Amino acid sequence: MSEIIVLKRGLDVPVKGSADLRVSKSMTPATVAVRPDGVKGLLPRLLVKEGDRVLCGSPVIADKKNPEILLTAPVSGTVKEIARGEKRKLLAVLIEADEKQEFVEFGAKDPAALSVEDVKTALLQSGLWPVLVQRPYGIIADPAAAPKGIFVSAFNSAPLAADTEFTLGNQVAFIQKGIDALAKIAPVHVSLDACVKDSAFARLTGCTLHRFQGKHPAGNVGVQISHISPICKGETVWTLPLHGLAAIGKLFATGRYNVRRLVAVTGPAAIEPSYVETVPGTPVKDLAPFYGNTPELDRFISGDMLSGANVGEAGYLGWKDDQITIIQEGTDKELLGWIRPLRFKQYSHDHSYFSWLTPWRKYDMNTNLHGGPRPFLMNDGYYAKVLPMDIYPVFLTKACLAGDIDKMEKFGIYEVLPEDLATCEFVDPSKIYIQDIIAKGIDLMLKEMA
Amino acid sequence: MNKIFEKGGKLYWLHSSVDAFETFLHVPGTVTLKGSHVRDAIDLKRLLILVVIAAAPAALFGMWNVGYQHGLAMGQTGVHILEYFWFGFLKVLPLYLVSYIVGLGIEFASSQIRGEEVSEGYLVSGFFIPLIVPVDIPLWMLAVAVAFAVIFGKEVFGGTGMNIWNPALLTRAFLFFSYPNYMSGSECWIAFKKGETAVADAFTGATPLALDGPAQYGTGFWDLFIGTVPGSVGETSVIAILLGAILLIWTGIASWKIMCGSVAGALLVGWIGNIAGITEIPFYMQLLYGGFAFGTVFMATDPVTSCQTECGKWIFGILIGMLCITVRLFNPGYAEGMMLAILLLNTFAPLIDHCVTSVHISRRAKKLKVA
Repeated sequence: MSEIIVLKRGLDVPVKGSADLRVSKSMTPATVAVRPDGVKGLLPRLLVKEGDRVLCGSPVIADKKNPEILLTAPVSGTVKEIARGEKRKLLAVLIEADEKQEFVEFGAKDPAALSVEDVKTALLQSGLWPVLVQRPYGIIADPAAAPKGIFVSAFNSAPLAADTEFTLGNQVAFIQKGIDALAKIAPVHVSLDACVKDSAFARLTGCTLHRFQGKHPAGNVGVQISHISPICKGETVWTLPLHGLAAIGKLFATGRYNVRRLVAVTGPAAIEPSYVETVPGTPVKDLAPFYGNTPELDRFISGDMLSGANVGEAGYLGWKDDQITIIQEGTDKELLGWIRPLRFKQYSHDHSYFSWLTPWRKYDMNTNLHGGPRPFLMNDGYYAKVLPMDIYPVFLTKACLAGDIDKMEKFGIYEVLPEDLATCEFVDPSKIYIQDIIAKGIDLMLKEMA
Repeated sequence: MNKIFEKGGKLYWLHSSVDAFETFLHVPGTVTLKGSHVRDAIDLKRLLILVVIAAAPAALFGMWNVGYQHGLAMGQTGVHILEYFWFGFLKVLPLYLVSYIVGLGIEFASSQIRGEEVSEGYLVSGFFIPLIVPVDIPLWMLAVAVAFAVIFGKEVFGGTGMNIWNPALLTRAFLFFSYPNYMSGSECWIAFKKGETAVADAFTGATPLALDGPAQYGTGFWDLFIGTVPGSVGETSVIAILLGAILLIWTGIASWKIMCGSVAGALLVGWIGNIAGITEIPFYMQLLYGGFAFGTVFMATDPVTSCQTECGKWIFGILIGMLCITVRLFNPGYAEGMMLAILLLNTFAPLIDHCVTSVHISRRAKKLKVA
């Protein structure tokens, strides 16, 4: 077993509402959405029309640049509606699910007997290809690229994130198959949580296992890559979530596209937070038992509360997410809040409040900004304390603000995605939208480097 | 916010000011729009009010000391805590009023012009300014200096967070170079009522630094440590400043690296001065004189104008300490080096950061090549 990589910097946000380790419901929603939005870098071309019948695994959307990249239907059923936004932008393809699910049979294959091209073709055909994220920039993987490695984080460190030992611990065989398949393309690296004893994933073979210990974002694959094998200019790596690896394993083991997964429904505003088994594209409304009668006062996040997407009650579970977070909108004003000495109900990582006296406490957080946006005032070290990477977060953010490509490159834009700086954004007393700035910086890089 | 102050409303042009008062009264109900959906409870108002609290002991002691020095000059003896404090309070209050009215006025106006929310930065600068000027400074001079510092030191660069120099020190520098007669010598440090002059025999109102070497040495360690000596309002009491330093370091607002660096630099040059025979002042006494302690704790550690990088903070601090004592030792005409040392290093802070990040970048490049 490899040595433990200890990350001293980071921050675990102590928030209430972690999911109980039980599956409260296994569901196939009546309507499921296939959304191109969750896949960065995909230019969608519609392959179906309203009324078409699709099976689980039938192509629904293709990429205009790389037509072999497909998004496929996670359920079998009938295309009910094609939702479009401004300028006819494709928002979602809504599929009414059958009662009895039927699958496209891709045929079970033994990865050991396949060539690189066979593996790629199988992933492309089945619609599992978009689960691969290419770094730098966090875009959809280019099938023609030769990545230097494929990285998977086998644990989540984000607030209230799904416990992978619970959700995927019984799918090690599938995950192993997935690793066998991907190892044909590039060496696979899997990172484990060093704090978990007897991890189910410690038995995986055919890949390099790394063990990490530390606070969030230690579970972010980007942080792990920067400690295992940092990305240089001109290099690419691929990453995928662990449940994606399991789905790939299922494809080769059963010949079916099966992206059903356990999703943690969490958050301080969630009622009896626990897990549900469902497919991506599940409408948030189908999770109504988990929230009260006043959804307009809540925020629904697909993903974790630091870097997930605000999808709203009318939204859907994101393609790569295995977590829904429900928190209250913090629109209440607090009289003289900033000057009240105690404010026991508020959490701050900083010693300016007294939450350091009660490290065991979990807090009922909401979406209040707790202040107004200001220019950067605190210096780099304040932010670096919660970022376990060899990067100056403020310098990188400022380079992105200035649109200075050269500086962005030097300060490490290749190594980060917005989610990696989420803790910096959380602690920022100047209330700057750091993740948004980094995302815009990455978009600029993509445009300039294209 | 009332509708007439919102966009399209009649008094929209006032929205910055209204917003400033509104957010002063309560934490607004603004929610996060994107990115991290939850945020830490810390904000700039909280951070900066802590700096003010940290400086409060020095300010309160300073007010008492104004009265105490006046009493000494009048030939009184005894401590008279309340009486002296009240005297000092009445002397310092106008300084505060001028500092805040002029500074915040400009700050509000320029925020309105930029259409931004009013930043809290001046809360701290405005609190520091009366502490680092002589108590007898004419108020109009202070007003001119504050206006200069806020406009040319801060607003032209884009406001709080964008400035290169510490605005409070810039005020002092402006006064120092424009009105040197009021900023040094033995008159300005003591507050007198109209028509009064010192009556006590052998009373000198000069700060210990301005005296000749042996006389300086004569000011006792404890006098300097407690702060019962003439000087700018808030700079005399090292122990009050140390209380502030503890709070600032504990809350992580000010960098202990800068403070330690500055002390180390000062001790080093002071010690060299000792062994080279340039000065008879024991090197540790240098830490107690003049504005060194106040500058080290409250001015050098300003997160906007100091170095950003951790390594840079050490260099920044050490250079400030060394430069301050160097000025003291080699420039008999100008006894106080702290203000200029900090302003000079403020100027060079971006350069130090540039060097540190360049080293970091090339180290990263090497590491990446190996990896």
